[in-house]
Order: sequence, then structure tokens, then C-alpha cells
Amino acid sequence: MTDDHVDYKRRRLLTVATTGMGIAGSVGLAVPFAGSMVPSERAKAAGAPVKVDIGSLEMGQQLTVEWRGKPVWIIRRSQEALDFLAGMDNLLVDPDSSMAQQPAYATNPYRSIKNDILVLVGICTHLGCSPKYRPELSADTDAPFLCACHGSRFDLAGRVYKNVPAPKNLVVPPHRYLSDTEILIGSDEETA
Amino acid sequence: MKMKNMKNLACFGLLALAPVTAMAAGDAGIELEPMEVRLQDTRSLQNGAKIFVNYCLSCHSANFMRYERMAKDLDIPEELVLQEMIFSDSKIGDPMTSVMPPEKAAEWFGGVAPPDLSLVGRLRGADWLYNYLKGFYVDETTFSGWNNVVFDNVAMPHVLAHWQGRQRAVFGDDEHGNPVFEHFKQETEGSMSPEEFDHAMQDLTNFLIYMGEPARLVRVKYGMWVMLFLFVFGALAYLMKREYWRDVDVSH
Amino acid sequence: MSFNEWLNKRFPMDRLVREHLTGYFAPKNFNFWYYFGSLALLVLVLQIVTGVLLAMNYKPDAELAFASVEYIMRDVWGGWFVRYMHSTGASFFFIVIYLHMFRGLLYGSYRNPRELIWIFGMIIYVSMMATAFFGYLLPWGQMSYWGAQVIVNLFETLPIVGPVLSEWIRGDYVISDITLNRFYAFHYLIPFIIVGLVVLHIVALHETGSNNPDGVEIKKGPKGNRWSKDAPADGIPFHPYYTVKDTLGMVVFLIFFFGVVFFLPEMGGYFIEPPNFEPANPLKTPEHIAPVWYFTPYYAILRAVPSFAGTQVWGVLAMGAAIVVFFLLPWLDRSPVKSVRYRGFSTKAFLGIFAVTFLVLGWLGTKPPSAEYTAMAQFLTVVYFLYFFLMPCYSGTGDNVGKSGLALFVISVLLAAGSLYLCWAETPDLGTGMKWLYTILSVLILFYFGLRPGWIKADEVKPVPERVTG
Repeated sequence: MTDDHVDYKRRRLLTVATTGMGIAGSVGLAVPFAGSMVPSERAKAAGAPVKVDIGSLEMGQQLTVEWRGKPVWIIRRSQEALDFLAGMDNLLVDPDSSMAQQPAYATNPYRSIKNDILVLVGICTHLGCSPKYRPELSADTDAPFLCACHGSRFDLAGRVYKNVPAPKNLVVPPHRYLSDTEILIGSDEETA
Repeated sequence: MKMKNMKNLACFGLLALAPVTAMAAGDAGIELEPMEVRLQDTRSLQNGAKIFVNYCLSCHSANFMRYERMAKDLDIPEELVLQEMIFSDSKIGDPMTSVMPPEKAAEWFGGVAPPDLSLVGRLRGADWLYNYLKGFYVDETTFSGWNNVVFDNVAMPHVLAHWQGRQRAVFGDDEHGNPVFEHFKQETEGSMSPEEFDHAMQDLTNFLIYMGEPARLVRVKYGMWVMLFLFVFGALAYLMKREYWRDVDVSH
Repeated sequence: MSFNEWLNKRFPMDRLVREHLTGYFAPKNFNFWYYFGSLALLVLVLQIVTGVLLAMNYKPDAELAFASVEYIMRDVWGGWFVRYMHSTGASFFFIVIYLHMFRGLLYGSYRNPRELIWIFGMIIYVSMMATAFFGYLLPWGQMSYWGAQVIVNLFETLPIVGPVLSEWIRGDYVISDITLNRFYAFHYLIPFIIVGLVVLHIVALHETGSNNPDGVEIKKGPKGNRWSKDAPADGIPFHPYYTVKDTLGMVVFLIFFFGVVFFLPEMGGYFIEPPNFEPANPLKTPEHIAPVWYFTPYYAILRAVPSFAGTQVWGVLAMGAAIVVFFLLPWLDRSPVKSVRYRGFSTKAFLGIFAVTFLVLGWLGTKPPSAEYTAMAQFLTVVYFLYFFLMPCYSGTGDNVGKSGLALFVISVLLAAGSLYLCWAETPDLGTGMKWLYTILSVLILFYFGLRPGWIKADEVKPVPERVTG
């Protein structure tokens, strides 16, 4: 018995092929294993779109609803507050909402579908705390939204101030109007 | 009292533990008419689902089954489910809850609350369910006025009597003088012919089996691919083993 | 300095690989029975991985447990696959371990110098049974509940400490939410202890070297082969030869395993029992209750022993003894040879009888008790124990039975007498033919395997070759 009879090429080929199958099989097995950790049907059902009646929402009032376990704010802004937003540009990181923090239909100076109604996910873009709404303060000296955790500030369109820890504007969730007084949060025309 | 009970149970467990009857036999020990489960028959499943939500779901629940899953698996458009199959204020992603309040349910059925039906297909099996659904007969001695040949003294009335009609059961005696079910005697006609009713109950049973394990629809399909993969893998592993073992002189 | 040097100065990577893989010389004549060790390791890993994933979605709470299992089966993506792998894996683990243990019996793998490997293995087996028992409660179905109820009540039969012990195990007067919670903790813990025991099992194995179907100690044979001058001539490096062979074994195993997972996950009610699809109900025992198949041989022994002297502890003791005798095997076997290949007829015959006895007891454990079944279980329980107790007599050379062997022979006679008394005096429903059959068989076994009259004497062993055969 000598090594002459060993076909090393064939041996290497078979080793590579079998190892490849082993790796493929392990990856195949890892897919359902890792996949079992994605949001389940229950999580998805609990994260289903939420209907909100805004008929009784007063000027300046903040309404907080839960969508996918996160707070979503709905705020009715006065004309005065809307006018104020235009003069803020030099204080803000992204005044034109060029970063994709909102659906296309909310990429406008007011970051909303209807000018007066602001819909925001109330989660700071820094590390996920929920900022505080302070409607009594004027917009230029201090911010209407202050995150207590690390001091990030946002204006009444959810746009982030310069020189704060948060890098991006607050997120506008997908939403649409079912009627004049009813908003569906978590669903827009495209996904409906 | 509780302790004592448990001791009795312990004795029971140790000395008399018994897988008594085979699962195939009904409680009354009658021969079950077999039923073929056809999960690839989507139409049958759809019809079963329709019967289920219209008749069963008013008293029973299927708390582990979501409407959305049923719509997707059985190829029923979600709008149709929302309009035609959901009679409560449930959303499409919600589980199939019963409209009947559970505290009231037991009262209405003489002390027995209608059980959740999500898993009844796996608990009872297709043959039992099919025979149960067809096995109601008029019995004035019970609370509901109905009895069943595979589930003696069942609390549930015959909800589908208007389809099947009313039937009575004829019993004979066995060698020990115990009553043995022999056949049914039709009393009144239902709106369905016996064949139509059999088909409807097959569809309903089919649906209940599906609902017991929705993954069964895909499990076998994935299994085929996994087997194919493993056979190729096995062939390569065999060739590799043989190649390496050329080095080994087993008989020295 | 290469990374390899850096590493090996700090951690003996190369040495470990050499000692346990490339430089571990295993006998070259392993056969079919030698696949099950590596397969057991594979199943252990699969069970731990799938178990951890299930634990992410399971809730050990009496109110939520049953629903959380169905949540895994329906709402968790791929959850049904992970759960079926785990439930199927439990049964396959026992199949593999039973075959692995039978290999030990066939080739005398428990004999000197491998007694400790056997003992570690038996501890692993007992730990597996504990894990399986704790795990079976978790789905909180009717079978889970009543099965646990019955097994925990076994402890209650022990004298004096029994009632306190069973309450201590449950943490309550019945199986309850409290019990479920602690069973979950144990079910999660013990597998990691098993991993540690497996390390001990393998370290001990690599110290003595592997046994083989010839029972030849290759380390005592000639040295030198194509891989090494100093290694045993009949040894081959574990890697690559046994790694490629075990790879093939694993793929074939996975074909059976996934065959069940995808096509027969309930395995006709043996792997997943239908009554377990009904949530636990402390007020109603299901009609058909039997333990999972891997416990049924012991369950049959438990039921076979009647209660007397006002207590049912005897059945429990018999069941415990049926497991404990396995630990004693290295000292009961007195044969001059290890492998069944060179043993005499009586050893081979009794091993065959024992294997059949174990299987039939397992079958009886799933059946409802009746006069015929109970008598059969009583007879087979005696056969089960006689396989061990008569071993010093029938396996030895005839002159090495010793005082312990004689004592065990006397115990065997008493056992057989006791079972025959039950058969004749306490089982009126049994036919006389069966009574005579059990009597004659019992006497024959005692006479042939125990007394060993002059004309049989020692078990006729064949000469063991110097080197392994193919």
C-alpha cells in the first residue's frame, strides 16, 4: 500500500464539495433558526395600523397614541406656530427635511399632510428616549420638544436643532386621512 | 381533601394507568367511518372555513388562529374575510374569538363551556370529527334534546339540523345486554341531501384539521427539498469517505 | 511571530487538536454500532440550540404555557420547525443512546479499563431522563400534567421522607404553576451539565483508548503504521478517517431525523401524544395516559411489581434498581474476553434475550394492564434482572463466581420464585398454559444460566486474535 494510488485531486474535490454541502446545510438550518427571532404574527398584529379620531383635538393640544409600542404624537398647530417654522433654518441641522425621516407626502416645510396637523413618532433619534412637549415656550429661545435624557431639542415640525446629540429630525410615521377627523397611523396610500 | 384526592390519583396512576381505548374508536365504541383529509383541496378548505365562521364561531372560539393566516393560507381575499367572515369588531390580524361571553357560555349549555376549537383537529383526528359531525340524533332525555353516537351525552345541540334533518339512533343489544348503535332513522328531511351534507362535513373536518396545524400545508413541501438536499449530501459524503479510506487496509 | 505561535504559547490549541483528533489513534475496525457516539453529540447540540430558541418564546406560567407553545407553532416564523426539531430530537436522543449503550453491551466496552467511561455515560443517561421528564411538563397539556403528577407521586411512596419529598419537588400539594416554573429552570440547566459530563466521558475515553468490535487492546499490540512509528499498528488517526466516516453517519441520521420532523412529527402518537393538545386540567385525567415511549420499559417494571406490606414502594424500588444495575455491569461481567464475537453461546443468548425483553417491556408499558399483560411484565421483569444477577455465573470461567456471584444467584432464585408465586396464586385470570410456560422458562433460565451443571461449566469462549480483524 503506497501513496501512489491516492488521487489527491479527486480527494480535494470531494472534500471541498462535501464541506460546501455542510456549510450550505448549516446556513439553511440557520435561516429558520435566526428567522424565528423576527417579529412574530402576534407582534405584527399588535403593530397593526391604529385609527385616531382628531375631531376634538384643540389648538396646541398634544394627543399621544401607541403604535408598534411607540408613542405617536398628534398636535394641532396654530397659524402663528406654522409661520414661526419658516424662520428657524439657521438653527437647524436639516431644515429642508432632506434626510429620509418622513414619507414623501410629508417632505414639506411643515412635515405634514395637512399643514396644521403634525404627526410624529415621539422617540428621540439619539438613543430612543421620548422627548417632552412644552407648548408654552416660544420657539426661538427654547425648543418645543426637549429630550430629558441627553438634552436634544426639536422644533414644532420635529426638526432637530444644531449642537445637540440627536443627529436627525424626528420620524414622521406613515399615515393617511380616512376622513377629515380620522387618521390611520401605520398605513399610507401605497401600503393600504 | 385535596391531599387525599391526590393520593387516590397516585394510586390510580400507579396501578390502573391505562391507555384504554385506541384513539380511532369513539367514546361509545362504534366503528368510525374513515375520512380522507385533503389539505391540497383549497376549495374544500374555503367551504369548511365558511361553515366554521358562520356556525361554529358563534359559540366556540379558535383563539390560536388568526383571520389573516386563514385568508393567506386558503387564498381568500382579505376584503372578503373582513366583509363576509368576521362578525365581531375583530381586525384582520386578530385571532378568531367567539362572540359569546365565556361566563355566559357554560350557563347556556348546561354547565359545559364550548371548548376552544383551534386544536380539536389534532386532539380528535379527522375520522372522529367527521363521524361526530354526522352523529347527532334526537334524544329527549338530554339537556339540549340532542345526543351523539360518538360522544355520549354531548352538551352541544345539533346546530346543523336544518341541513341534515332530524334523525334518531336505533340501538340493539350486544351479548352482555349493553346497547350497541346500529343505524340512524331519518325523521325529517333537511335542506341538504345526505350526499351534500356528507360533503359539507368533510369540508368542515378538512378545515378543522388544517386549523389544528396550519404549518402542515408547507411542512411536507419543505420536507421534500430537505430530503433531496440530504440525499445529494449523503452521496458526496459517501464518496469522500470511500476516497479517504483507500488509505486504510482494514485486513492489515 | 505567526498568530499560530502566539496562540499556542497561551492556549494549547495544537496539542488539543493532536491529542483528540489528528493524533488520536482509534481502532480501524469500527463498525455500524460505532456511529452512535458522534450522533449523540450531534443531537445534544441540536437540542441545546433549538431549546434556547424555543425558550425565547416560551412562557413558564400555568396560565400562558400552553398558549405560548401554540404561539410558537403558528405565530413565530419558522417556530413549528424549531419545535418539531426539539420534540423529535428528544425521542431520537434516546434512540441513539439506547443503541450506543447496546454497543457497549455487545463489545464489553464497560470492562476494565473503561469502567469510568461507562459510569460517566450512565450518569449522562440518567441526566437525560431527568431533562426529558422536566421538559415533558412544559407544554402544559393533559399528558404533560398527568405524567408529571404520576412520576412525582412515585417519590411519595418512599417510606418516611416520601410525602415531604414529593411536596418539596412540586413546591405545592399538586403539580402547579410553581412546579412548572422550577421544572423549566431544571430543564434549561441540566443539558449544560450533560455537556460537562460528555467532556469527562470523552477525556476518559481518550485516556484508555477506544474499544472495538474485537475487544482487542490495540495499544498492547504491535506499533507503527503509515502515519506514525509509535502509534498502534491497528490504529488510524481519528481525523480525517473517522471525521469523514462520522460525517456520512450524520447525514444518514439526518435523513431519518428530518423525515420525522417534516413528514411524521407526531410519529403516530409516540413522539407527541394527542391528549397533549388539550390544556392541562387538574380536575380531569385523560382516558389514555402512558409515558413517552423511552420511559415505558421502566414503567412496565413499575407496574409489574404489586404493592404489599401496605406500601407500593416496591415497584418504585424495582424501577430504580432496573437503572442502577447498569452501573454495576463492569463488576458483574466475569468473562475473560470482552467482545460478543469471542464469547460463548450462553452470553450471546442471554444478551439477545435481554434486548428482546427490554423492547417487549417497552411495548407493555404503552398497553393497558390486563391479567395477561401483567403476568408477562412480571415474568419479563425477572428476566431483566436475571440478565444482570446471573452474569457472574454465566459469563465467567466457572471458577470465578465468588461469594457475590453466589449471593446474586440466591437473589435470582428468590425473584423467580416470587414471580411464579404471583403467577400461580394471584393471577386467576391467566390460562394454565401460560402459567406453565412462565414456570418452565424461569426454571430453564435459572438452571442453564445460573446453575451451569457439569456438562456446560464455563462459557466456551473462543480465542481472541492478537490483532483486530476486519
